[in-house]
Amino acid sequence: MVNFLIGRLASLLVSLIAASVVIFVVIEVIPGDPASYMLGLNAQPDTVAALREQLGLDAPALQRYFAWIGGLVQGQFGISYTYRVPVAELISDRLWISLPLAVYALVLSTLIAFPVGIWAAARRNSPADITVMGATQLGIAVPNFWFAMLLVLAFSITLRWFSAGGFPGWQAGLFEGVKALTLPAIALALPQASILARVMRSSLLETLGEDYIRTARAKGLSRRQTLWRHAVRNALIPVLTIIGLQFSFLLAGAIIIENVFFLPGLGRLVFQGITQRDLIVVKSVVMLLVFAVIMVTFIVDIAYAIADPRLRRQR
Amino acid sequence: MNTPLRKLAIAVLLMGAASAMPALAQRTDINVGMVLEPPILDPTAGAAAAIDEVVYANVFEGLTRFASDGSIQPALAESWDISEDGLTFVFHLHDGVRFHDGTTMDAEDVKFSIERAQAEDSTNAQKPLFAGIVSVEAVDPLTVRFTLSEPNGNFLFNMAWGDAVIVAPESAADNATDPIGTGPFKFVEWVQGDHVELARNPDYWGTPVRLEKATFKFIADPTAAFAAMMAGDLDAYPNFPSPETLPQLGADPRFEVIVGSTEGETVMAMNYNSPPLDDIRVREAIAHAINRQEIIDGAMFGYGTPIGTFFPPSNPDYVDLTSLSDYDPEKSKALLADAGYGGGLTLRFALPPVATYARRGGEIIASQLRAVGIETEISNLEWAQWLEQVFHGLDYDLTIVSHTEPFDLEIFSRPDYYFQYHNEAFNQIIADLAFETDPAKRSALIKAAETNLAENYAAVFLFQLAKTGVANAKLHGLWENSPTQANDLTAVYWEE
Repeated sequence: MVNFLIGRLASLLVSLIAASVVIFVVIEVIPGDPASYMLGLNAQPDTVAALREQLGLDAPALQRYFAWIGGLVQGQFGISYTYRVPVAELISDRLWISLPLAVYALVLSTLIAFPVGIWAAARRNSPADITVMGATQLGIAVPNFWFAMLLVLAFSITLRWFSAGGFPGWQAGLFEGVKALTLPAIALALPQASILARVMRSSLLETLGEDYIRTARAKGLSRRQTLWRHAVRNALIPVLTIIGLQFSFLLAGAIIIENVFFLPGLGRLVFQGITQRDLIVVKSVVMLLVFAVIMVTFIVDIAYAIADPRLRRQR
Repeated sequence: MNTPLRKLAIAVLLMGAASAMPALAQRTDINVGMVLEPPILDPTAGAAAAIDEVVYANVFEGLTRFASDGSIQPALAESWDISEDGLTFVFHLHDGVRFHDGTTMDAEDVKFSIERAQAEDSTNAQKPLFAGIVSVEAVDPLTVRFTLSEPNGNFLFNMAWGDAVIVAPESAADNATDPIGTGPFKFVEWVQGDHVELARNPDYWGTPVRLEKATFKFIADPTAAFAAMMAGDLDAYPNFPSPETLPQLGADPRFEVIVGSTEGETVMAMNYNSPPLDDIRVREAIAHAINRQEIIDGAMFGYGTPIGTFFPPSNPDYVDLTSLSDYDPEKSKALLADAGYGGGLTLRFALPPVATYARRGGEIIASQLRAVGIETEISNLEWAQWLEQVFHGLDYDLTIVSHTEPFDLEIFSRPDYYFQYHNEAFNQIIADLAFETDPAKRSALIKAAETNLAENYAAVFLFQLAKTGVANAKLHGLWENSPTQANDLTAVYWEE
């Protein structure tokens, strides 16, 4: 087990270093100078030079790379070129919107998908199943930003129950915060719930065809008891994998929904960073996301190894 | 009726009453929509128009200021004396002006602010505004003497820019994130990516503002901006990004559509020195191929005024020179044939990321040029790419940008500017204009400069951007025009 752990840790470190080099190089290659972007069309060349020096853009690339990595290791992400505040502060502010939004959307999608998927699987080929399959197909096909606009039209413009967007900040209270995230979370949850419901259904159908289900039925359990006691639990494994993937997508990929509801989330931070050439923000956020994904993979690997001894012995 | 139901009915009634109450009370807050978020809040350290749109006249003040009609008004300086030779300006400051942190604003702060902007390591985006200032002396706490190297007819105008506001040595370094000015509003909070909040400054030296709270919300997406207006999340959106929805908003009695003028000349630059555009016949041919009204209608939903030179039609010194470049495809073809391009011509067309005038306008222009035999290779660029490739690299044939700075004729005289316009006569006019202080002579020089640009086809002058805004019909005192990019809220109030 120790050897396995050391092996996994070493590969984790190598992946992180490789990722940091790739991110740094890609960002170096992007054309465009943050200083000239900030100073606009009437600035004089010496003013741009002064700002470049102030931002530390003049140092050689290798030196800047190590300064960046050195800072990251100590938890210091540097100062944003455009906002002039610490990047760590920007990221944590945004994370306090993106993270709850992702969790909220995921909870909603799970709450919708599980019952619907199980219900459809239990009534395979019935009109109910066909309706669910049709509805989820539609849910996947409808672009979530368009669905978001419909939500705004109905609940903000016509009914005036919700703001059309924006985020008042958690200091305005838990209720206000959750309320502001409700429409975006619904818009994000719909396609995810559709995917999840279909995965749930097909996974459950597969499990229901297994021998042990027949055995359970032969032992005298009712259809219902077999479904809940034996089938659903075993069918959950692929569903949980999908949920894991969806979570990382929701965390970083909600950018279009963030734009529709003008939420200051992580996705929009990266997007703004790229257009304004706030490269230090882009580098750090991308690196952070890479770190998160690699850590999740690492934890999953460990969990698999604990669950399945065969994996440990292979190493 | 049983008890729980009755309780519920009472609760519903009470809730209804409670939600109706704020509508009766006089409102003293405002939510203003903006497309772009300012990167920082220090107007003396960045070019982004969004900085001034939040802080100009609200948080920071200069010696002079722009009024809505573009005229120059006293601000921190209550009056000034100009010497006979035009080389000395003595400003008399208002007494009892304090910065938001409680420190006094006096002549030393003025001296500090100007010297900071002029310094070697200054990051002031409009540094040329301060170029002719030789010295600034604090004569006494309320008197400042400026000495210029040569007379400057624009001096009071220059001092009205957001880049020339007065800051305090104690707080200047932190103004980017915690702006401390002398204005009628003080900074409260900035939730990056979402909003900036200002509150009334109770110790303001001048007429106190009637609003108690002002919140600027950043909503770039046109659909989201429309939804936010319709849902009542915003009270005003002075530069509304969705002109196609203005008729719908205008028809709604809750809103008023405000259409005004701006200082934004939308120009299609032609790389003046690079063949074939160094040939005046080719430039003139391109100018005659363009149908301005079609661009205004197609790209700007009809908002905008055709211009024939680099000057706003709202200015009394504007000369209508559109006839020099009127829409005449036959003339255009003849000029091209004369220049040796009768068989056709291909030009590169760089479009910055402005959905309206650049991207939509660019497509329309490309089809108009195709009609006279000029093919274009369009490349859509981000601003950072545009700055590097077009603005600094001069690697382009055609591009479109709206220049929104007030009175910026002189950029055509800059040798390294991306227009690449080099014209001795024009440079002489600009040099004379800088010294000239007599209004009549200034007017004549400005008109000569306008004519020079139009006659030499220095660029294709398309149209003046309109300021298209929308506001709650009960809101009064917003700027109708845009002499500088600002959302001056000092005179704004809600109807009783």
